[in-house]
Amino acid sequence: MFTGPFLAGLIVFVYIPIGWSAWLSFFEARSTVTPTEFVGFANYVDMLTDGDFMTSLGTFTVFAAIVVPVTWAVSLGLALLVHRLRFMKAFFRSVFFLPTAVSFVAASLIWKMSIFSGVRFGLANTVLNLFGVDSVAWLASPDPPWYWLVIVTVRLWLQSGFYMILFLAALQNIPAELYEAAAIDGAKRGWQTFRYITLPQLRATSTAVILLLLIAAYQAFDEFYNLLAKTTWGRPPLVELYQTALGENQDYGRGSAGALILTALICAVTLLQGRLLGFGRGEGER
Amino acid sequence: MTAPNGRRRGVAGNAGLYTAAGVCAVLFLIPFYLIVRNALATDAEITGEEWRFFPAEIQWGNITELFTDPTVPFGRSLVNSAVIGVLHTLGTLLVCSLAGYGLARIPYKHANKVFSLVLLTLMVPAAVTFVPSFVLVSSLGWVSSLRGLIIPGLFSGFTCFLFRQYFLGFPKELEEAARVDGLGYFGAYWRVVVPNSLNFFAAIAVITFVSGWNAFLWPLVIGQDQEAWTVQVALSSYMTNQTVNFHLIFMATAISILPLVLVFVFLQRWLVQGVAQTGIKG
Repeated sequence: MFTGPFLAGLIVFVYIPIGWSAWLSFFEARSTVTPTEFVGFANYVDMLTDGDFMTSLGTFTVFAAIVVPVTWAVSLGLALLVHRLRFMKAFFRSVFFLPTAVSFVAASLIWKMSIFSGVRFGLANTVLNLFGVDSVAWLASPDPPWYWLVIVTVRLWLQSGFYMILFLAALQNIPAELYEAAAIDGAKRGWQTFRYITLPQLRATSTAVILLLLIAAYQAFDEFYNLLAKTTWGRPPLVELYQTALGENQDYGRGSAGALILTALICAVTLLQGRLLGFGRGEGER
Repeated sequence: MTAPNGRRRGVAGNAGLYTAAGVCAVLFLIPFYLIVRNALATDAEITGEEWRFFPAEIQWGNITELFTDPTVPFGRSLVNSAVIGVLHTLGTLLVCSLAGYGLARIPYKHANKVFSLVLLTLMVPAAVTFVPSFVLVSSLGWVSSLRGLIIPGLFSGFTCFLFRQYFLGFPKELEEAARVDGLGYFGAYWRVVVPNSLNFFAAIAVITFVSGWNAFLWPLVIGQDQEAWTVQVALSSYMTNQTVNFHLIFMATAISILPLVLVFVFLQRWLVQGVAQTGIKG
């Protein structure tokens, strides 16, 4: 069977861990994967009443609410810009796409050590000082929450180019006749054409981009871990789970419970979103 | 491609467009400039009161200093990442393309069930399963080993899905000719489908390699000994390690992104097509 090896791997490395984890989540399992004491739903109750875990869900919500629309708008903007250029198109496309090559860890290093470092030699503070504004401690305090600016710009820089390519591909597929027809109907170039032709034609791509952005946001770990490792604020769910399961306590029982709560939540949101945006319709049948 | 309404756009419009593009380009390039500047400067220049655009003297010695630094085995981590990246990519291509082909072509009564099993895993982001996966891998005794770093990552539901979609669109006639000539499913796959799909395989290979090279969470969880660190884990260790100097941190960053930046620059046009193709179609 062609699918055999893949299926076996899928079962061993995806389904079994999930099942095992479901089982572990009902036990007291600290620093060990052979659980000792059955505790029923206690781990779940612990996680759901645990302020830190619930706060992390809130952090994620804020993060997604900022990063998804902003990235959508920036990548679409870049695509429209590049699409309209007549020469040096490939050059600009490459420049915007290039950051996709950089890892979150490397980008976090640049952001933390060189752009948004709290001290004066950071680029952001150097620029602020030029304008006579005092230096800002970007990551050192949750109040005011400047760390969001750092977190969001990292992701924007790294991801926009990738989604720009998807939009560019979609823009090239819009038939030129549509624009001609619109011009004949008296639509003004610019906003009107964009509003009534371009945007609706990009609907499918937009939906997919939003879904991909949300999924990527759920997985946010690297930049939070690296930028805010020593702080107690700005922890999305994955960082919180990492600390629970692999931090000092090595609490696999509660970690597993948390992972399952998160999985259920993601499935629910994905399904709901699929319903709302009509994504995935017609998929699955062949 | 000409822009939809580009013909009658005036010189002023063009100037505006190019100004906007230029400003964006500068913003996007600043981080790259900072890496290079800092990697080739002294700490005094990086942290100095006065902003310097370029180091007074280029410090090539930073490269040798990085590789001889005893606190972080950076050279070793590069080797690990390269080995993992290549094996991860080859393994994923083999396993997922076969599975995708089987799902797309071979009539089999449970095929739909198997496919929905694959689709289900797309709903559960891999990053959420790291706790359960870690539990499994540690009980197999694979922590801090190449096996633990590579094997669990091979079974990507998403890559399998992409291959299936691609093979569904592959012209059936070619394979039927091969079947008439007496080749089995595997023969048709290996001798006809694969050689005619090299572009697609290559695009998936680049994307898989990039994501493998840049992966952080799993290598962080599994690579607990310094010997098993990947480049990303080594880089991350600089964030917590207070004793390391700025110029080493940035040299390490520069070296970690160099291979991928080269790939991106040289395979640009083709990579863009791959992403646009394999991304999603409207």
